[in-house]
Amino acid sequence: MDMIKPVILWTDILIWLLVISLSAFLFTLRKNPESRAQWRQVFSSKLGMVTFIIILSYIALALIDSLHFRKALSHTEGQDIETVYYSNTVNSALDALLGEMGELKERSYSSPFSLKSFTKENMTDENGQPYRGYPELEHAGSHLDNKTGHINDILLQSLIGIGKGLIVGLFLCALLKAFTRSSDLPWRTAMITLLIVCALLGWMLHVGNLYHVLGTDRAGNDTLYDSIKGIRTGVLIGTLATLIMMPIAITLGICSGYFKGWVDDVVQYIYTTLSSIPGILLIAAAILQFQVFIDLNPNFFEVGLEKADARFLGLCFILGITSWAGLCRLLRAETLKISQLPYVQAAHAFGVSHLRIIRRHILPNVMHIILITFVLDFSGLVLAEAVLSYIGVGVDSAMPSWGNMINLARSELSQEPVVWWNLIGAFFFMFTLVLSANLFSDLVNDAFNPKNRQER
Amino acid sequence: MFAYIIRRLFYAIPILVGVNLITFFLFFVVNSPADVARAHLGEKYVTQEAIDNWVAEKGYNRPLMFNAQASGTEMVTDTIFFQKSLRLFTFNFGPADDGRDIASDVLTRMGPSLALAVPSFIIGIWVNICVALLVVMFRGTRLDKAAVALFVSLMSISGLFYIIGGQYLVSTVWRLVPISGFEPGWMAWKFLILPVVIGVVAGIGLGARWYRTLFLEAADQDFARTARAKGVSELGVLFKHVLPNAMLPILTGVVVVIPALFMGSLLMEAFFGIPGLGSYMLDAIRAQDFAIVRTMVFVGSVLYIIGLILTDISYTLADPRVRLN
Amino acid sequence: MDNAMPRFGTRRFLSKTLLLTSLLILGACSEPWNDPNPPEKPGETVYYGSYSSRLQHLDPARSYSAEETVFIDQIYEAPFRYHFLKRPYVLEPSLAEAMPEVTYLDKDQQPVPMDSDKLAYSLYTIHLKQGVKYQPHPALANDEWGNALYLFNSPEQSLQYPTLYDFPENGTREMVAGDFVYQIKRLSDPQNKSPLLGFLSNYIVGMSEFGEQVMERPRDQWLDLRKTPLEGVKAVDDYTLTIRIKGLYPQFSYWMAMHFFSPIPWETDRFYNNPGFADRNLTLDWFPIGTGAFMMTRNDPNRGITLERNPNYRFDPFPSEGELADLTNGNLNDAGQAMPFIDRATFRLEKESLPQWSKFMQGWYDRSGDDTHNISSSNFDRAFVVSGDGLELSQEMQDKGITVSTEVKPSIYYYGFNMKDPVVGGYTEDKRKLRRAISLIMNTEEFLEIFANGRGETAMGPIPPGITGYVEGEAGINPYLYDWVNGKPKRKSIEVAKRLLAEAGYPNGRDKKTGKPLIIYLDTTGGSAGPIADWRRRQFEKIGVQLEYRTSDYIRFKQKMRAGNTQLFGWGWLADYPDPENFLFLLTSSQTSESCQCDGSNTANYQNPEYDRLFDQMKTMENSPEREAILARMVEIVRRDNPWMGGYHVKEYYLNNSWVTNTKRHGIARDTLKYLKLDKETRSGKQREWNTPVIWPLLATFAALTLLIWPAVRAYRRRQTLRVSPAIEQSGRSN
Repeated sequence: MDMIKPVILWTDILIWLLVISLSAFLFTLRKNPESRAQWRQVFSSKLGMVTFIIILSYIALALIDSLHFRKALSHTEGQDIETVYYSNTVNSALDALLGEMGELKERSYSSPFSLKSFTKENMTDENGQPYRGYPELEHAGSHLDNKTGHINDILLQSLIGIGKGLIVGLFLCALLKAFTRSSDLPWRTAMITLLIVCALLGWMLHVGNLYHVLGTDRAGNDTLYDSIKGIRTGVLIGTLATLIMMPIAITLGICSGYFKGWVDDVVQYIYTTLSSIPGILLIAAAILQFQVFIDLNPNFFEVGLEKADARFLGLCFILGITSWAGLCRLLRAETLKISQLPYVQAAHAFGVSHLRIIRRHILPNVMHIILITFVLDFSGLVLAEAVLSYIGVGVDSAMPSWGNMINLARSELSQEPVVWWNLIGAFFFMFTLVLSANLFSDLVNDAFNPKNRQER
Repeated sequence: MFAYIIRRLFYAIPILVGVNLITFFLFFVVNSPADVARAHLGEKYVTQEAIDNWVAEKGYNRPLMFNAQASGTEMVTDTIFFQKSLRLFTFNFGPADDGRDIASDVLTRMGPSLALAVPSFIIGIWVNICVALLVVMFRGTRLDKAAVALFVSLMSISGLFYIIGGQYLVSTVWRLVPISGFEPGWMAWKFLILPVVIGVVAGIGLGARWYRTLFLEAADQDFARTARAKGVSELGVLFKHVLPNAMLPILTGVVVVIPALFMGSLLMEAFFGIPGLGSYMLDAIRAQDFAIVRTMVFVGSVLYIIGLILTDISYTLADPRVRLN
Repeated sequence: MDNAMPRFGTRRFLSKTLLLTSLLILGACSEPWNDPNPPEKPGETVYYGSYSSRLQHLDPARSYSAEETVFIDQIYEAPFRYHFLKRPYVLEPSLAEAMPEVTYLDKDQQPVPMDSDKLAYSLYTIHLKQGVKYQPHPALANDEWGNALYLFNSPEQSLQYPTLYDFPENGTREMVAGDFVYQIKRLSDPQNKSPLLGFLSNYIVGMSEFGEQVMERPRDQWLDLRKTPLEGVKAVDDYTLTIRIKGLYPQFSYWMAMHFFSPIPWETDRFYNNPGFADRNLTLDWFPIGTGAFMMTRNDPNRGITLERNPNYRFDPFPSEGELADLTNGNLNDAGQAMPFIDRATFRLEKESLPQWSKFMQGWYDRSGDDTHNISSSNFDRAFVVSGDGLELSQEMQDKGITVSTEVKPSIYYYGFNMKDPVVGGYTEDKRKLRRAISLIMNTEEFLEIFANGRGETAMGPIPPGITGYVEGEAGINPYLYDWVNGKPKRKSIEVAKRLLAEAGYPNGRDKKTGKPLIIYLDTTGGSAGPIADWRRRQFEKIGVQLEYRTSDYIRFKQKMRAGNTQLFGWGWLADYPDPENFLFLLTSSQTSESCQCDGSNTANYQNPEYDRLFDQMKTMENSPEREAILARMVEIVRRDNPWMGGYHVKEYYLNNSWVTNTKRHGIARDTLKYLKLDKETRSGKQREWNTPVIWPLLATFAALTLLIWPAVRAYRRRQTLRVSPAIEQSGRSN
């Protein structure tokens, strides 16, 4: 009997495919001396190394969170021994990694590291007299015998957690050391960053299972857990939205610039039309329509998460459409320029087929535009998710996301005393990712954009 | 030039037809007219008859694209698409699904939207350019690096945080301005000052960084160096030589946005209770009012195309070498 | 000289900052900065309120939503109204001189006694007050010869008055019985899309025929409805109105207390049918004209609504009778005084509850809410503390002098089982047990405590408190789900639920035969995430049942409800009038969507012949012990079959600032603004006290900016005075 049943979501497939193909793509680029030099330029700066490692750890968490499965239910009497039924809650490998963090639910709000509830409740004292007080939390600090000195325990557990993290980090550093030779890149910085990230993760994992590091929300869910689960949504929306539309944008953009004439007219018409529609209205309209399709076809989806996933995919798709026109326009302009170059003209004269010219001469020369668009769009899309969720046309509310967290946390600011940790949790995780992505994309842009290179 | 503008306007027609086609299909798949009717007729005691009446009254009982029962041109004209979508070209928007005339709502709501968008836009550009010039003046120094780091950090914060945080601190904790609301006329400043400030601050990161790049390109060109060599002060160089020479790229980015100011800001208007077109759209999206969304999409597209034409025209004004034909 | 210049500049800058600062501080002493309300006219008493969703209809024939009645009921009056203070709810005459006289007729319109078999009609005779005048309105403006001033032939002609506020002349006239007839004809005219058309046609004689006749007429111009007779409704003279309805329907008087039966002068329809008016939103749907204490002087759908005292309002004294409690808590202090007590009421559209609440706490709104209470659950803990015997205002609220008004609406919220569903529906004993098991684990008491902060009462049956047929105490509990322990109802244990589930064929939540887990689908518009959704799921897990959400938008949800494609769903009912008939009809088979071919009120598709028979018997009876016996039997049937679960009756809490009095809430009537009283002086004092601006951040920002600019200026000057040296030349180039 299988204990788990894998659940393969569309977005899971896509993100894994993306990562694999991207790695393969980078691997093939190894031979190309020019792009080697460009990447070297990116990573030769300490900032590039640091941000890359941070982004990489986000992506790693997102990937782990993209392995979904359902646990089997235990057998009962009268059940056919061959058939196994599975729970309708979907877990991911990340849930397994995070241990019990997601399952330690309290009744309602509690502040970070607190052992007591944030709101007063009716309680009875030893003599059976009712009084109002802050009840102790069910899970936070439940490992303690004596709850008075829990500050010391937090420090102690933090040390243990950081220690665990450092061990993993050192192991990774050793691996890194073994596989890298060139010494002109700032590997030291890379290792230090890696150690810090590992220590932080180790600390979160260890202490997060004992206390509520970022407190709990209204329903008593751990805020740190929610924030970490939000990573997958953020990373996926930033990558998939660009990726999904990329084949179409590349095909149309290059065809338009290469063939000119009526093809050019049609492509220009399509992207002018699409980009003249106010983006937010287009997204809202499309998402509403997609939601209706999901609602009308409940049989397509076995568990609730699959519905949320379908909507998420739709969101990526429509976000891609709204940002597609820009890439298409850039590609068209660049192709126009390249196809005028003498060697392309010469290839024409020799009767080389169009497909071959595009593949051999044009595509490699517009690759940097695609790469730059991909990196530059990433952070904007992560930010857009939050805004769309606020308007109500973002990801499904069943899906953990920073946008949904912000949306829920907004009214908490009017509480007295103020509940700040939900907002801060989402803020911290989102800010780190977007900041790293922005800094990294700047470096990539500097290295790959020929305009910048000339100036150097 | 006039010939050019007229030709551009002529080109706009197929684009707008395309826009209409897209929204038309999107919205008639989402809700059949009968569904919309049910949503607007209220909750208790709704009969099928009342729904049929509503659908007929709004003219949603026609065929979508092609009327087989009609004859001659009516085969095309007596359809929902022709009546509801193509009629927009005459700027006759008709009534919203809740019965109010859209055109007059759009006109009255344009005022508050502009009252917020125009100051945010102008002050925003002004502040961004000033900050960018200041930073460019110190290019190569640590100040420059720190400023760029600050810009990137500022632009990495979601706009929602600026709004939520600003509103919480300034209105709730410090009680400096009203939390939300709007009054027409000069009373409006009290309500607008906070959203404008937040809008400007939230935009500094992205804006100033962009201007900095533009100015930096111009600041190290030969003419700037010559001017400096002639003894023109650094401020003079920046304002007399760098700024005008960075004008062309600035116009590309800025002019196209100006017509879109009419559409207002969705988030700001929603958070600060400003009754502009942004919150109009938000309400329409939430209520699934097809008539309003259709109109706003059309208006938005028209404004976008106007923006493109304006950009072209502004080129000729900024750079005499550019000629439109 | 060279050095003196910048210092001079700095001094000037500093003095400017100082001046600005002192101005700011001076300003701070006078008025709060964050006053969102427009300035008042001197001597005027203004009420500040809010509402949360954009209104759609203000036409009294069309509107049927609670938010709209907040305004409509201040402007329009019906023949009858509910007494402001008395409980249980009683009707009193409003525009009528007295309560209606009812006579009973046979099919030849000859009088018969009430209990006669031959009874075919009930005839209501209503005597109206004399001298009641309409609010000033351009529709009633006449020239000196008595001809209407504002009638136009073309849209161009009417364009000289773009909005309703541009008409220089207003007029009024006396209300007559014909205006009621005219309004009932408007209700009957299908063109006006009255939500009650279908319902009232079953009762008022000649209503459907009238509709058919009218629809045959050409409708391109204004159609004078006065010219088409409506058989059952007549104006005997200017002050006497008769309405003839089919059969016996004692609850009809309640309908005549709703705004649907307000008088409308026919001139209004003629006025609003002027060419071009509808295109400019000049319709009765937006600009009402009534006889009420307030008239609408501004209706900006985007910002808000202003009501002003109706100058033509009759003498209407504050009631001098009430409940016993009203004597002690000062609700009768104003007895006998002429209403209304305020001159103007401005209502701002506040779509988000957060700023609305903050403004209330700052004193800019007089009450926490007008259409809804607006105390979101996150604010509730700030406002209330739960003490041994119920809710109490928190210390913070008490310090502010805030008072609380409670309101028990005759309403019920519940989860319905779709009785047609193959899994949870059906009338066999094991299906009943399944429903009962699910009802048991859906712990309404816990739900109310966590999510509604105890603002509600668990429903023991379909009839809410305050309505005939509701039974208090031990006799009133639902014995299938509750035990009476220590003077309180106590929900039966989870073990009982598990046993019931096993008896229903799902031991441990798994199908007895196949072992397949039982999954219950809840249809909702609310989304499948969030605290409440989590909580529900956890309740189901207690007996091993999996709960799955099927979410959709409201339109789709209603479609599913109509088609019967649901399994479990959340629903609610707010009564139109305080009679058990208005609740029990929700479960009669004639109200299912299938049998009425409409959005049926019997959402659970419950069908029980015995229940239907008892209902027909009960609905025409006056309140009596016999009626209560029948009600008890009907409630018992519902409890046994269990088509609804997790029901509760809402108890709402509204907060009032200390300067507002006469704020007693009525569960049904909304025409309460005229009773309300304000103390202006206290208000402005408190507002000033609560809204002292905190200025240091402003100063700090200025200081920080200065600190930033100052080194920049200095560095710039240093740079300007630099001499060109080879090193610098180089560094300049490397940029």
